[in-house]
Amino acid sequence: MVEKQGFGTILMHAVLIIGIAIVCFPIYLTFVGSTLTHFEIIRPPMPLVPGPHFIDNYSEALTAGITAPVGRMLLNSFVMAMGIAIGKIAISILSAYAIVYFRFPFRMFAFWAIFMTLMLPVEVRIVPTYEVVASLGMLNSYTGLILPLIASATATFLFRQFFMTVPDELVEAARVDGAGPLRFFKDILLPLSVTNIAALFVILFIYGWNQFLWPLLITTKPEMNTIVMGLKQMMPTADDYGNWPVTMAAATLAVLPPVAVVIFMQRLFVKGLVETEK
Amino acid sequence: MATISIRDVRKSYGKTEVIHGVSLDVADGEFIVIVGPSGCGKSTLLRMVAGLERITAGTMEIGGRVVNDLEPRERDIAMVFQNYALYPHMSVFDNMAYGLKIAGKTKDEIRQRVDQAAAMLQLEPYLDRKPRALSGGQRQRVAMGRALVRNPAVFLFDEPLSNLDAKLRVQMRLEIKQMQRSVGTTALYVTHDQVEAMTLADRLVVMNAGIAEQIDTPMAVYERPATRFVAGFIGSPAMNILKGSVSGSDFVLEGGGKLALDTKPAETGRPLLFGVRPEHLQIATAKEATLNLSVTAVETLGADTLAHGTLSGANGAGGELIARLPGSAKVAPGDTLPLTVQENMTHLFDAETGKRV
Amino acid sequence: MEKRVTFDNRMLPYLLLAPQLAVTIVFFFWPAGQALYQSLLLPDPFGLGARFVWFSNFEYLFNDRYYLQSFVTTAVFTFFVTLVSMSVALLFAVMADQVIKGAGAYKTLLIWPYAVAPAVAGVMWLFMFQPSIGVVAFYMKAMGIDWNPVLNGGQAMTLVILAAAWKQISYNFLFFLAGLQAIPKSLIEAAAIDGAGKWHRFRTIIFPLLSPTTFFLLVVNIVYAFFETFGIIHTMTAGGPGQSTTILVYKVYSDGFVGQDLGSSAAQSVILMVVVGILTVIQFRFIERRVHY
Repeated sequence: MVEKQGFGTILMHAVLIIGIAIVCFPIYLTFVGSTLTHFEIIRPPMPLVPGPHFIDNYSEALTAGITAPVGRMLLNSFVMAMGIAIGKIAISILSAYAIVYFRFPFRMFAFWAIFMTLMLPVEVRIVPTYEVVASLGMLNSYTGLILPLIASATATFLFRQFFMTVPDELVEAARVDGAGPLRFFKDILLPLSVTNIAALFVILFIYGWNQFLWPLLITTKPEMNTIVMGLKQMMPTADDYGNWPVTMAAATLAVLPPVAVVIFMQRLFVKGLVETEK
Repeated sequence: MATISIRDVRKSYGKTEVIHGVSLDVADGEFIVIVGPSGCGKSTLLRMVAGLERITAGTMEIGGRVVNDLEPRERDIAMVFQNYALYPHMSVFDNMAYGLKIAGKTKDEIRQRVDQAAAMLQLEPYLDRKPRALSGGQRQRVAMGRALVRNPAVFLFDEPLSNLDAKLRVQMRLEIKQMQRSVGTTALYVTHDQVEAMTLADRLVVMNAGIAEQIDTPMAVYERPATRFVAGFIGSPAMNILKGSVSGSDFVLEGGGKLALDTKPAETGRPLLFGVRPEHLQIATAKEATLNLSVTAVETLGADTLAHGTLSGANGAGGELIARLPGSAKVAPGDTLPLTVQENMTHLFDAETGKRV
Repeated sequence: MEKRVTFDNRMLPYLLLAPQLAVTIVFFFWPAGQALYQSLLLPDPFGLGARFVWFSNFEYLFNDRYYLQSFVTTAVFTFFVTLVSMSVALLFAVMADQVIKGAGAYKTLLIWPYAVAPAVAGVMWLFMFQPSIGVVAFYMKAMGIDWNPVLNGGQAMTLVILAAAWKQISYNFLFFLAGLQAIPKSLIEAAAIDGAGKWHRFRTIIFPLLSPTTFFLLVVNIVYAFFETFGIIHTMTAGGPGQSTTILVYKVYSDGFVGQDLGSSAAQSVILMVVVGILTVIQFRFIERRVHY
């Protein structure tokens, strides 16, 4: 379309660049903080360009940390995020398959039972859920971190939506070819769902990695802390000046994996985000 | 190779019966086309043969074995679907081989059978491609190949050509027929296209509203339609149907016009329908003419010219007709055409039941 | 919507459903039931037993000044988070939709803050605005602003709103951009031929056509501000100073875990469940409508 360009376009680029600067500034500043000394930070104003202490601060964070080595927390976060992503996908794809491709008594009951979980985020039922997990002896364990969070309807709904779009003729062709329900699932439905699984995986990995409240409740031992909640424990408090550079190094490390996932798998990420919210 | 025997088969969804008792015997190697308008139950009937729909009542035998309660894979059938139903994530080879793999055939045997089918369907260059990289006609061939490699007792086709363009449809029609001839496998073919039905079938099953109205060879169906529905469905443009009754050796139209009949029906006075195909009306001299058509519209198709009009003249008004004339005929709206009916080419149907009289 | 073609199998569907149902029952229905039950109990002062008190926990809550205050706090917080984050995101999305050069790069740079956990966002923002060491706080003070969110409730609220809104910009931007790109170019061209200028086109064509996205994001942002900002509050202000940033979800936590008032915390959980239920219904009604749009 022919439209006078010039000033308007420059203005738009300017707005976008300023916007990006504002949006990225907190993260940039965190990174700068992770390359300075504690002394430089607690005597404001701190410098706004990275300093030379990158390696010192990061190696101290990874191996020693403040409450526990950040390396260990990263591992915990990774296990938790992977466990939640894989666990949710596995149980959801199976239940969606049952609900879509079979007719059985209590089918709608099962559907609604799963549907109800949409309505209750963990934040709303923290105390009783904590009590259940405690009574099952799952405090300070990966099982306790992962299992309660894989009960969610979102993934089931996504797979249900997707299965509904798979043409009926494919099932019939497979049946004529002699495939039973499990064979159809393994040979046809699963390969067809690969993109959806990947997109969902990206979203769920970030969801799992960024959990805060749940690990805060059930991990009392520092070596079971995840990085996101461990970061809070590392924060300097009023009567303790703490170690800001190490804390900022930990913060940078905490955002690195999910940010990498978003940037390098942008297409899957966008697809996952859009489809889980349908 | 197998015969199929369908005995008073019925299908109900809840309380609604959609197939009201169809019986059909298919000889070994025969090509049967089930034709009818959409919603007539033809696809349901085919899917009952395939085992994709449960049979509510009646019996179904394939190769002398009752298959009512057998699953599709136990029936020794192969099916070609309307939208091909190719597995999108598998190559052409894997699509064709899938059924054989499940059946536990050896790698060598699978390779040999797929190659043979691919050669027959000229699919060899495409064996490694995914379905989305194929044209419509090629996908259609893969779907046929998938049926072919199984070497089944019966081929089932569910409107396999309806997603293709007109030119390709003609070509694939011939290929399907040739393929079926060369392997000699019994085939059931569902379509709503009467040209496909006429050209492919050894015998036709014309279905309407869950009933098989007529089962016969294409020419017999065309020449002696068993019901008014069949008369209107097979043939294009459709047969002219005029209301009236018999009086002596004449058919008296509702409007008072009279048409001479070749044969004298038993009853007189009862309301009947008189049918004559457009192609069986011929231009005649004014003296010979048994009816006069005052032309209201003309369609020139090249080889033929269709004249639409109403009956008029000495025999009185009585209905609308289409006459199919040679392409060279000079007709214009407003003309009055003197016509005769070819001998032995008229049909009479009961006005109430629609049955041939 | 139902599948026409299904498999016949008696046991298999139950086996397939078993894992999800088991997890749902143990970690969802059991705790939810517990919450309901506990909300009707009053533990004795020594924590040895509990008395069944019907709805007195609820009665107590609705007469509790702090709880009612928390509702107001949540409403203010939610309103501003939603407003700030959606309007900024819409501005960016409209710009990014217009520019041709560099649109992809802008998009990538604007969406990655989505990956930052709320709790980490809280840490980052505190690092900038902490009165004693924060570099932004330093310059604000240099400009003569009396900045002290540790003591000033209004400033603390502003800070958590900014951090929470910042975190949600990426998400809103992505959906607004997708919504804008889904508007048929022919409509905009038709409006241009009808003589509408850029601003006029935005106001009369683009914004109305974007309203399904806007409404959807409105619900999502409310849910976000209500339930997913716990990490931000906890790391930045811990609900303080006083109760000035104690939103409802934070109160469930602080009364339940810090205050050990289980009956009240459970009653608050039940009230929040009702709130989530209402929001979910609104969201679903909306989705149904969108299908027929």
